[in-house]
Amino acid sequence: MIIEIGHFALALALVVALIQSVVPLVGASRNNAAWMAVASPAALVQLALILTAFATLIHAFLVSDFSVTLAYQHSHTAKPLLYKISGVWGNHEGSLVLWVSILAIFGASVAVFGGNLPPALRARALAVQGMIGVGFLAFLLFTSNPFLRILPAPEEGMGLNPALQDPGLAMHPPILYMGYVGFSMAFSFAVAALIEGRVDAAWARWVRPWTLAAWMFLTTGIGLGSWWAYYTLGWGGWWYWDPVENASFIPWLTGTALLHSAIVVEKREALKSWTILLAIITFSLALLGTFIVRSGLLTSVHSFASDPTRGIFILVLLAVAIGGSLILYAVRAPQMEGGGLFAPISREGGLLINNLLLSTAAATVLLGTLYPLFTEVLSENKISVGPPYFNGVFVPLMIPLIIVMAIGPRLAWKRGDLAGALSRLKFAAAAAVAMGAVSLLINGVRAVDIAGAGGLAMAAWLAVASLSEWVDRVKITRAGTWQRISNLPRSAHGMTMAHIGMAVLIAGVSGAAAWKQERIQTQSPGQTVEIAGYTMAFSGVNMVKGPNYDAGQATIVVSRNGREIATLHPELRSYKQPPQQTTFTSIHTTFFADLYVAIGEAQGAEGAFVTRYYYQPLVPFLWYGVLLMALGGLVSLTDRKHRVGAPRRAAPTVTASVPQTAAAE
Amino acid sequence: MSGQDASQATPLVRRWPYLLPLVLILALGGVFTKRLVDVEQGLNPNVIPTVLLDTPLPSFDLAPLPGRGTSLKSDDLKGEVSLINVWGSWCIACLVEHPVLLDIAASGEVPIHGIAWRDEPDRSLAWLAERGDPYAKIGQDPRSKAAIAFGVVAAPETFLVDKQGIIRYKQTGPITAEDWRNKIKPLIEQLKK
Repeated sequence: MIIEIGHFALALALVVALIQSVVPLVGASRNNAAWMAVASPAALVQLALILTAFATLIHAFLVSDFSVTLAYQHSHTAKPLLYKISGVWGNHEGSLVLWVSILAIFGASVAVFGGNLPPALRARALAVQGMIGVGFLAFLLFTSNPFLRILPAPEEGMGLNPALQDPGLAMHPPILYMGYVGFSMAFSFAVAALIEGRVDAAWARWVRPWTLAAWMFLTTGIGLGSWWAYYTLGWGGWWYWDPVENASFIPWLTGTALLHSAIVVEKREALKSWTILLAIITFSLALLGTFIVRSGLLTSVHSFASDPTRGIFILVLLAVAIGGSLILYAVRAPQMEGGGLFAPISREGGLLINNLLLSTAAATVLLGTLYPLFTEVLSENKISVGPPYFNGVFVPLMIPLIIVMAIGPRLAWKRGDLAGALSRLKFAAAAAVAMGAVSLLINGVRAVDIAGAGGLAMAAWLAVASLSEWVDRVKITRAGTWQRISNLPRSAHGMTMAHIGMAVLIAGVSGAAAWKQERIQTQSPGQTVEIAGYTMAFSGVNMVKGPNYDAGQATIVVSRNGREIATLHPELRSYKQPPQQTTFTSIHTTFFADLYVAIGEAQGAEGAFVTRYYYQPLVPFLWYGVLLMALGGLVSLTDRKHRVGAPRRAAPTVTASVPQTAAAE
Repeated sequence: MSGQDASQATPLVRRWPYLLPLVLILALGGVFTKRLVDVEQGLNPNVIPTVLLDTPLPSFDLAPLPGRGTSLKSDDLKGEVSLINVWGSWCIACLVEHPVLLDIAASGEVPIHGIAWRDEPDRSLAWLAERGDPYAKIGQDPRSKAAIAFGVVAAPETFLVDKQGIIRYKQTGPITAEDWRNKIKPLIEQLKK
């Protein structure tokens, strides 16, 4: 009975979304306040209905109601509580319910927090948000109904894919979707602005916090996904350029570009039509990212089961959403440009280079991801595009980006002083040279060492440049520093943190790519193996019992120079329902490096096993970097102007005359 | 802000860059549509074509299941069109395929040889005893030697071998009754000539 309430609530939500997408829009064009006012309560009711539906599904999983097909297929009574809940979104239908829930949460937050928006803009943005809701609720109800029953109800469920039974992966989809779906706000505001035919600094100021929030979640989500792949797949890799990974990374790149171009709209009233386009493209790519892997268009190791009927529905949906907004763009955008003159050496010039490089990077990753599809459709050749392509085209684009990331924040708006900025970067340059030289001295001068040293030098350049810019701004050597630190806009602190996070991430990528070591061998109990100065002593495998699996648990004692450091217990787990084996790696981290241990098959009768050891220098820096970037986003989000801001449509001259030190970003 | 007055005046030359995203997206949509139509018509996007197609069988010599005939050797397969089916008692998709294999065996069109991949002999035998045994010969492949030589990704996989011992077709995933009727059977009839 409860699940039928969920089904009914979701159907009602579709009706409400329909109302939300039509009535306020008509109201805005006729300047009818009553009709426009429908938008906010509709968004709130829609949220309540969708959350009700979601709650009934969670209930079915929690009480193991296997008469609900979805619970039967993806749950099991013996599953731990956390995975009963995460099992709800560990499948196509349930993850869509999560998707529309998050969409409704964002829509409702505009209704709640958007009090200072002009009524027409708010009504239009909410109407567009409603349209997206209509599309996906219809997709859910008509092709992917999660509320179906089977009769008679089976005794026991089929269980959740053991690979998904992991705390990192339980949290991964909600956070990733917060990122993907968060960009719907930028999209809705962009389409609303196109309908209004009006983009100005105030518009950019409303869009930025939503973009920032989405970016922060997407950053965290991608980081979590990468971390999960690192510690569960058992091969010591953390990024595979797999289509599903790329699908989340491409909108991250364009979203990062959007974050920066919106600043230019806000401060200089330039790059307007470009920013609108980025907002449309970023959400389109996020849609593509969520749905392309479900349509049978691309193959990936991570994807849900694909179904061509759904594929056609998705394609029509994407065509209407993306095609419709781009038609509107083609009609309206040519009238939007304007704004001031644009000097190449200026803050906005730096941000423009940032945008060019980030969108080129996004385009190359997109091309590499879709290229196999193109060749197969057009010439029937099956090819695959792998890491060599991506590394080959992506890294050269990142080098100029990092150089500019250090210089840009030092340039003033309108007319920057390049010589002055460069002269203040001498510490950063010295740090880069020193870091590169030390790395070469320690590690040698093979080709990988040179590449690694180059990466570390870039990281040092960016970190020192970002930090010194902050230090200069708060004039740390003079009295009253604390006062200046607290006076500095939060968004300035946020930028510094995020840019340093990027530097830390680059250090991690460089170290992991250049100096990873591995030893894979058959090891008998009592044998030891040396790796990177550590001695790994294997003392056999015991059987242990988990809540819903049996595992062979190895004991490996790590020592260095005869001193014991850690005891690691990697496992090979055999799940019962569904029957499947997974590796459970064990990692000893020293803050600077990981010792990463996994076991494989038993070899012969004497208790020998395949053991895999990886020494992963600087890999922890990947996670520190991602964390810093996301925290930078969060700090920036708490900026006064995003909270109270009361962003009025100010005269453009005011924003243009802000002196450099006060100009936040 | 340029107002509505400019809307009619904007010449086409200045407008076309704004049309570019739409044109690109339409082209992309076209490719996606074609792909979906292909998938509808039976193309399986997950099929990885074997590089072994139209090349001779890799050589192998696999021990039989206990009490079940002689070993399965690559050299013995020459002189006759045959199917080689890689399977395991642990493999769920093989359960789906099994009735089709029984039908093929019953039709007498072609012998099916089995490779019991990463399995314990007792379990393989129990599985066959319970569900019926379509295989002519079965070789055990507990250490994936033959499976690696054949480039097997996941069970079940089936290879069609001609009289000269050359691989002519590979099926990834279960053979369905339609696959047999529409693809494999016609190919066998052709190869038998």
